[in-house]
Amino acid sequence: MKLTQLSLFLENRPGALRLPCQVLGQAGIDILSLSLADTQQFGILRLIVKDVERARKVLEEAGCVVKATDVLAVEVPDRAGGLADMLGAFEGSGLALEYIYPLVAGHRGKTAVLLLRVEEPEKAAALLAGRTVRVLSREEAFEAVGA
Amino acid sequence: MMTPAESRVWDPAELLPRDRLALLQLERLRGSVARAGITPFYDAALSRAGVAPADIRTLDDLQRLPITTKDDLRAHYPLGMLAVPRSEIARIHGSSGTTGKPTFVAYSHADMQVWSGLCARFLVAGGLRPDHLVHVAFGYGLFTGGFGLHQGIERVGAGIVPVAGGNTPRQVTLLADLRPDVLVCTPSYALHIAEVARATGGDPRALWLSYGHFGGEPWTEEMRVEIERELGIQAFNNYGLSEVIGPGVSGECLARSGMHVAEDHFLVECLDPWTLEPVPDGDVGELVFTSLTKEAMPVLRYRTRDLASLDRSPCPCGRTGVRMSRVVGRSDDMFIVRGVNVFPSQIEEALLRVEGAAPHYVIEIARPGTLDEAVVRVEIRPRDFSDEMRQMVALRDRIDHEIHSITGIRMTIELVAPNALGRSEGKARRVIDHRRAGGAAG
Ligand SMILES: [Zn+2]
Repeated sequence: MKLTQLSLFLENRPGALRLPCQVLGQAGIDILSLSLADTQQFGILRLIVKDVERARKVLEEAGCVVKATDVLAVEVPDRAGGLADMLGAFEGSGLALEYIYPLVAGHRGKTAVLLLRVEEPEKAAALLAGRTVRVLSREEAFEAVGA
Repeated sequence: MMTPAESRVWDPAELLPRDRLALLQLERLRGSVARAGITPFYDAALSRAGVAPADIRTLDDLQRLPITTKDDLRAHYPLGMLAVPRSEIARIHGSSGTTGKPTFVAYSHADMQVWSGLCARFLVAGGLRPDHLVHVAFGYGLFTGGFGLHQGIERVGAGIVPVAGGNTPRQVTLLADLRPDVLVCTPSYALHIAEVARATGGDPRALWLSYGHFGGEPWTEEMRVEIERELGIQAFNNYGLSEVIGPGVSGECLARSGMHVAEDHFLVECLDPWTLEPVPDGDVGELVFTSLTKEAMPVLRYRTRDLASLDRSPCPCGRTGVRMSRVVGRSDDMFIVRGVNVFPSQIEEALLRVEGAAPHYVIEIARPGTLDEAVVRVEIRPRDFSDEMRQMVALRDRIDHEIHSITGIRMTIELVAPNALGRSEGKARRVIDHRRAGGAAG
């Protein structure tokens, strides 16, 4: 049900983003999705890869600060209001949604797959049951992205 | 094993009333200026300043005397500042030159007596008794720490284990087997001993140590708390530098709120490093010492580069010597941002208050327009890295807040990866000032 995401600390200097991408590329590890959050002084890069353990190892060997966190992969129907319905499930639940970014999106007429970072993934999954969205297993998520 | 140390005074001179002390100082200052004048360096410097020993009428005349710097000592390498015949040298010590040549200091037999007595003063003030056994883990050799403390302990009549530095596991074994009561070393080495003791399965608190005298490097109140907790002892601070005499220039009493300067042997001034004007008591300035009794190598107004403050209020222990604070930094490292003096130690203090910030940082100062801008790059600890932006922003804001509340200045805080700033074995380069010609300082 959960995907493991790797987060990397990025310094605010030229080449800071390139280094981890290069390291993963050299190790033959595909980046399935990424999201970048930044301030003027530093950034956080979030990555989804299939071989998490190996990716973490090569990144740490290259001197990166890496943290693994669980995210929820949720399939959302690609139609108006699809996302709003999902968010409605959390309303009033007290569950904090930290951030959201797509794993797969933009294929017209199909579904989108979003990654959700929430405090309690199990609770979030339970809240989503019975909605128009569907929480994907790890295998289903990788399949959706063609990996 | 914390035992209350008894309060004793080694030398009645420590209790001299201030008026009698001042008379003694004035008489000794005249003698010291005369002795210094024997050397070509001071002879020239005194005539440039237009001062002869007979012109010293009050202690305020001290300010008419020439200043001495480390560079002056280097320029007269090796023994150009010697004021006695070579045959009268009883000892030579030196300070390693972190930048270039070392400097040497010489002692006459009388200087050696004074020096060991000064070390005995702070050792006894901290509770040393003749029946104690002291573990000395200071380096022996040209460095003044090892022999200085050793001689002081001998004067008091206590036992010594002269272990010197290095081989920490062996030090831990000796501490456990020989059961010394007192530890003498640098404060960082004391923590290292505790760490090694723990790593080898021992409990450093179970050692027989009851207190320790630490010096030879600047340290903080936080480190004192840590040493006391880790080793289960009382930790005392002492201060000295070879150019002045070595350890024994000042040391703490049981009140442990400042180090009593041996004012019957040294005059101390606390000056603004730029203007060389005295700063008010309680304000941080550069300590400047004038020797009053040294024979072999008298120094007049020696600039230590050490930043500290002076406290002239009476001490409950009864000693009358002015108390100096811990050394809070080096005047070479001090910098001015938007008109405010900032010391790297203030940044360290701020970082220590923030969980998640490593005490590794670099400050870069530039003046892109008309205003100074300071950027502090701080390493994060890997375990404190969060994938949530608000946590990281909160960490940065806490650092920002602490630095602002301590220095009164807003600086830009940049978080950098662990080990990004590099470590140097020697003095870390903490301040990069782009405003100065050449673009670098510190
Ligand atoms: Zn006192």
